[in-house]
Amino acid sequence: MVKKIEHLEMVGITKRFPGVLSNNNVNIQIKTGEVLAILGENGAGKTTLMNILYGLYKPDAGKILLNGKQVSINSPKEAIALGIGMVHQHFMLVPTLTVCENVILGLSKSFIVDIKTATQRIREITDTYGLAINPDAYVWQLSVGEQQRVEIIKALYRGANLLILDEPTAVLTPQESKELIQLLRNMSAQGNSIIIISHKLHEVMSLSDRVTVLRDGEVCADVCTRETSQDALAQLMVGREMAPCQREGTFSPGKAVLELQEVYSQGDKGTEALTGVSLTIREGEILGIAGVSGNGQKELAEVIAGLRKLSKGKISLNGKESTKMSPANIIEQGLGYIPEDRLRVGTIPSFSIWENLILKDHHQRPFAKHLLLQNRVIMSHSSSLVEKYGIKTPTLETPTSSLSGGNIQRVILAREITRSPVALVAAYPTRGLDIGATEYLHSKLLEARSNGIGVLLISEDLEELMSLCDNIAVLYEGRVMKVIPVEEANERVLGLLMAGIAEQAS
Amino acid sequence: MSIQEFMIPLLAAAVIAGTPILFAALGELITERAGIINLGVEGIMLMGAVTGFMAAVTTSNPWIGLLAAMFAGGALALVHAFLTITLRANQVVTGLALTIFGTGFSGYLGKAYVGIPVPKAFVPTPLGPLADIPFIGPIFFQHDVLVYISYVLVFVIWYFLQHTSPGLNLRALGENPAAMDALGINVFRLRYIYVVIGGMLGGVGGAYLSLAYAPSWLENMTAGRGWIAVALVIFALWNPWRAIMGAYLFGGIDALGFRLQVLGLHSVSPFFLKMLPYLFTVLILVLVVALKKGRLATPGALGLPYDREER
Repeated sequence: MVKKIEHLEMVGITKRFPGVLSNNNVNIQIKTGEVLAILGENGAGKTTLMNILYGLYKPDAGKILLNGKQVSINSPKEAIALGIGMVHQHFMLVPTLTVCENVILGLSKSFIVDIKTATQRIREITDTYGLAINPDAYVWQLSVGEQQRVEIIKALYRGANLLILDEPTAVLTPQESKELIQLLRNMSAQGNSIIIISHKLHEVMSLSDRVTVLRDGEVCADVCTRETSQDALAQLMVGREMAPCQREGTFSPGKAVLELQEVYSQGDKGTEALTGVSLTIREGEILGIAGVSGNGQKELAEVIAGLRKLSKGKISLNGKESTKMSPANIIEQGLGYIPEDRLRVGTIPSFSIWENLILKDHHQRPFAKHLLLQNRVIMSHSSSLVEKYGIKTPTLETPTSSLSGGNIQRVILAREITRSPVALVAAYPTRGLDIGATEYLHSKLLEARSNGIGVLLISEDLEELMSLCDNIAVLYEGRVMKVIPVEEANERVLGLLMAGIAEQAS
Repeated sequence: MSIQEFMIPLLAAAVIAGTPILFAALGELITERAGIINLGVEGIMLMGAVTGFMAAVTTSNPWIGLLAAMFAGGALALVHAFLTITLRANQVVTGLALTIFGTGFSGYLGKAYVGIPVPKAFVPTPLGPLADIPFIGPIFFQHDVLVYISYVLVFVIWYFLQHTSPGLNLRALGENPAAMDALGINVFRLRYIYVVIGGMLGGVGGAYLSLAYAPSWLENMTAGRGWIAVALVIFALWNPWRAIMGAYLFGGIDALGFRLQVLGLHSVSPFFLKMLPYLFTVLILVLVVALKKGRLATPGALGLPYDREER
């Protein structure tokens, strides 16, 4: 029987990586039945700290005290033996195995696998905490929320009574997030301690009892959740006053730069993903696309960028018909694209920063003369972009995949905006980004708008859409329900349209 | 010649011809399930064949030869394991280097043994009453001991994978080593073990050629069987039962070519018939890559080195 964790402390933890001081003399503590949130921007050192607690990294200095006694945790196995379980942001599940098989993975209780006993024990756990999971289902069949529950069951099965959750709601829908919050309340009521790593303020406010704020690897605050607010936490996290972006100036759009007329297109599953989309984006305008993910947003962005064929309809870019153009041609005609999968579609992950910054124009002057790359020009261009867009990277040669999400987005922004496109398509650009990075991206989109670029912003965040866009179109089942000017938009109106209910005359 | 008189010897020959490939494929199947691709199978088989032969000639005991072959195969695989697991070198490149080395080194070692007969080889031993079953008997149960061992091995590997805890861990190891690491399992140690086991079986496959199939030693006597074994693993979708069926299929095509020649089908070029197994291999590979089922069955982390800090 694993000993109960009454009290856990991490004292003076310091961890260095080449070029970066991830944790600098960090202290945290947690008691039984408590929910502690570790809040910080991306890169603040939260995940590193928890990886140390879970035995994946060794600290360069500091100690861990469990129930007052010093312990040394050299591997996840030792952490699990002490009662510490971790649910990672990127699930550690094997999709081709069943839930039960995934849960008993790595346990060598007996040589022959006893599925029946294991299944029964899993059912006991799911009943105690109110988790609804079928132990015989294959993991690839489960939704993201269900997969996360499998991860939690895995930890509980091994006797964890301190659970570390890394960005738990990052991949959940709002409904699934609510269910998770309820689950965590059940668990802490049963005497389990929970540590949540997050950069989402409302999640921290609704879930935790206490918050420790990390900034640049150091603890800058340790407060009771009841005694603080979202704004106060935001300020602590970022270190300065937050000024949310607002559209400025009068809205005076120019000519149409991107037009879609009755566009139909097939999705990946064989069904029609776009069923007659007609949209117009004008110079100096931000048109938002609202809608629950899966109603054609992905296909819409791809069709505009030339990555997906139309089955019917017409698209015009900058006055010219782009329906049959290749992506390269469309790029040349002046389309900027910030894709949903920023690392793998927006950059070449193994390429260096400078290589990714010159992509799309790498074969033209001034970056290339005839067949040869002009290194001096490229390097000076890249370093000025890195400075101008605040890209945090050790060198220009660093592979882009090692950058944080926010910095990858800055690389893409730098490249796309500097090319002076006529139209810019941004698909879920702030997904997974913390407050600071989100604020930066918003300011850049607004800047593009004031420079006369037509921006198409696809987003799930209604707040974001309402603060940035001039007009909002709601996409439902592959067609535009309605385009409404932002003055008339509110959560109720948009919510109804997103559910497919055409607005009643109010 | 009646159909029966043609088919039964053909199928029996298919089993014998398929057995060396089966051993090597089972070994590679285990290695790949762990997430490591070892393209050195051809070289390992040849080293197994030559060391097995040398040991059997020296000691007049084919079993000692078999042990020596397992040792040689395991040793070569250990080099591959060190390079790909500890040093995280590119697995394809290392495997190819191993094949080139194995092919050359075995030729060098075996020079003195060409043309020398082996004092005692693995000879066919009919398996009692089972050998008398009409049709099935002569095809499956009138062979040497190693063939019978291969039958048992297929079952053991299947059972291990599907019904035991370490087998479950092995299945997960090749799909998501990070998950295993997070559970506290020593990914590196397990991978070493399975790569070496794979090499040992590859050595056995080679020894089968020089100690039972031929039995003799000739430079490069595997003639590409190691490559067919690698393809066979993919064809089998990493499943031991499909592997044995595939091995006999390949063996059958091999044996068929020879028999068609004997039958006097001179219009079909002997070169085309010799080419058949390899042609078949290419077709199978293309099919598996094109079909979704193939992509689902491929171990997710195959060919990717595991680096804990790179998470």
